[in-house]
Amino acid sequence: MSEANPMPAVGEPAPDFTLHSTPDQTISLSQLRGHPVVLAFYPADWSPVCGDQMSLYNELLSEFRNFHATVIGISVDGAWCHAAFAQDRKLHFPLLADFEPKGAVSRLYGVYQLPEGISERALFVIDAEGIVRWSYVSPSGINPGADGILEALEKLPTSTGAKA
Amino acid sequence: MSQLKPDVGPTDHAQGSLEAPLVLVEYGDFQCPYCGEQYPEIKAVQEAMGDDLCFVFRHFPLAEAHPHAEHAAELTEAADTVGKFWEMHDRLYEHQSALDDRSLASHAQALGLDEALFQTVLDEEYEGRVRHDFLTGVRSGVNGTPSLFINGERYDGPRDAGSLIELLKAMRELQLQQG
Repeated sequence: MSEANPMPAVGEPAPDFTLHSTPDQTISLSQLRGHPVVLAFYPADWSPVCGDQMSLYNELLSEFRNFHATVIGISVDGAWCHAAFAQDRKLHFPLLADFEPKGAVSRLYGVYQLPEGISERALFVIDAEGIVRWSYVSPSGINPGADGILEALEKLPTSTGAKA
Repeated sequence: MSQLKPDVGPTDHAQGSLEAPLVLVEYGDFQCPYCGEQYPEIKAVQEAMGDDLCFVFRHFPLAEAHPHAEHAAELTEAADTVGKFWEMHDRLYEHQSALDDRSLASHAQALGLDEALFQTVLDEEYEGRVRHDFLTGVRSGVNGTPSLFINGERYDGPRDAGSLIELLKAMRELQLQQG
């Protein structure tokens, strides 16, 4: 079950937030204006899946870069946990800790799962102006892949999407 | 349901005729243990289905997670230039615990690839070919390995030989009934 808070609809502004990307650094969504952002909520670090969702995005960073898009993973794991996970999987993009208050940003985006207390696998493509242009919630336990993200990035108008 | 994009064609690595009534495509990674488990299952399926089945392999190396996967994939492409793609494909899946560059060199030697050809692997001459397969996989909704497609449609059911053979035989039966 998701929290009652609805997901921001396509065409609506993506709610701003500030979260830790490392134990001593934070990232705010509003700082990323000017380029598209891919927000990838996921349940947990260390899920025992070969070729998991974050590893797949890691392999696609050069494709995302073609759209000047920033990819960000978000889960309720803490910053130290993310640091260990990112190092182990050699991830080259930020993982944000939706840790305190727990799941607050996941709730804000309507993708917090109760009673499990974790984020759903939910994807948002946000344009350069901070407007949600595409979203997708994957059925439980299914890695959503990246085809939907790439198609959504391709459809962004050049004025709000890929800026050099 | 995810569709295979693009459909199989002459640039694919295929065992059997591309015109076969049943076409099974695997997106695989030579260092992925689940792909290693899939390998004998596919062999059994091919044995059971004979000429009715065409099997196609496309690369999907998760190179950051599997540090040897990329060069392993590229070695099969080097072997392909002397008509030994499938021999190398089989050999690598049968030696999954030995895929570092030194081991790859010995696999190359075992199949009679000369040193100059092996050097093209270290020079990553086939990177583009492997990346091409990888990106077709991403566009087809591949999210991990192994991922299977049957006649262009994503297959998410059980991947053991028995289940696959049962499904493929049923599909063939239906095709014959529909003439």
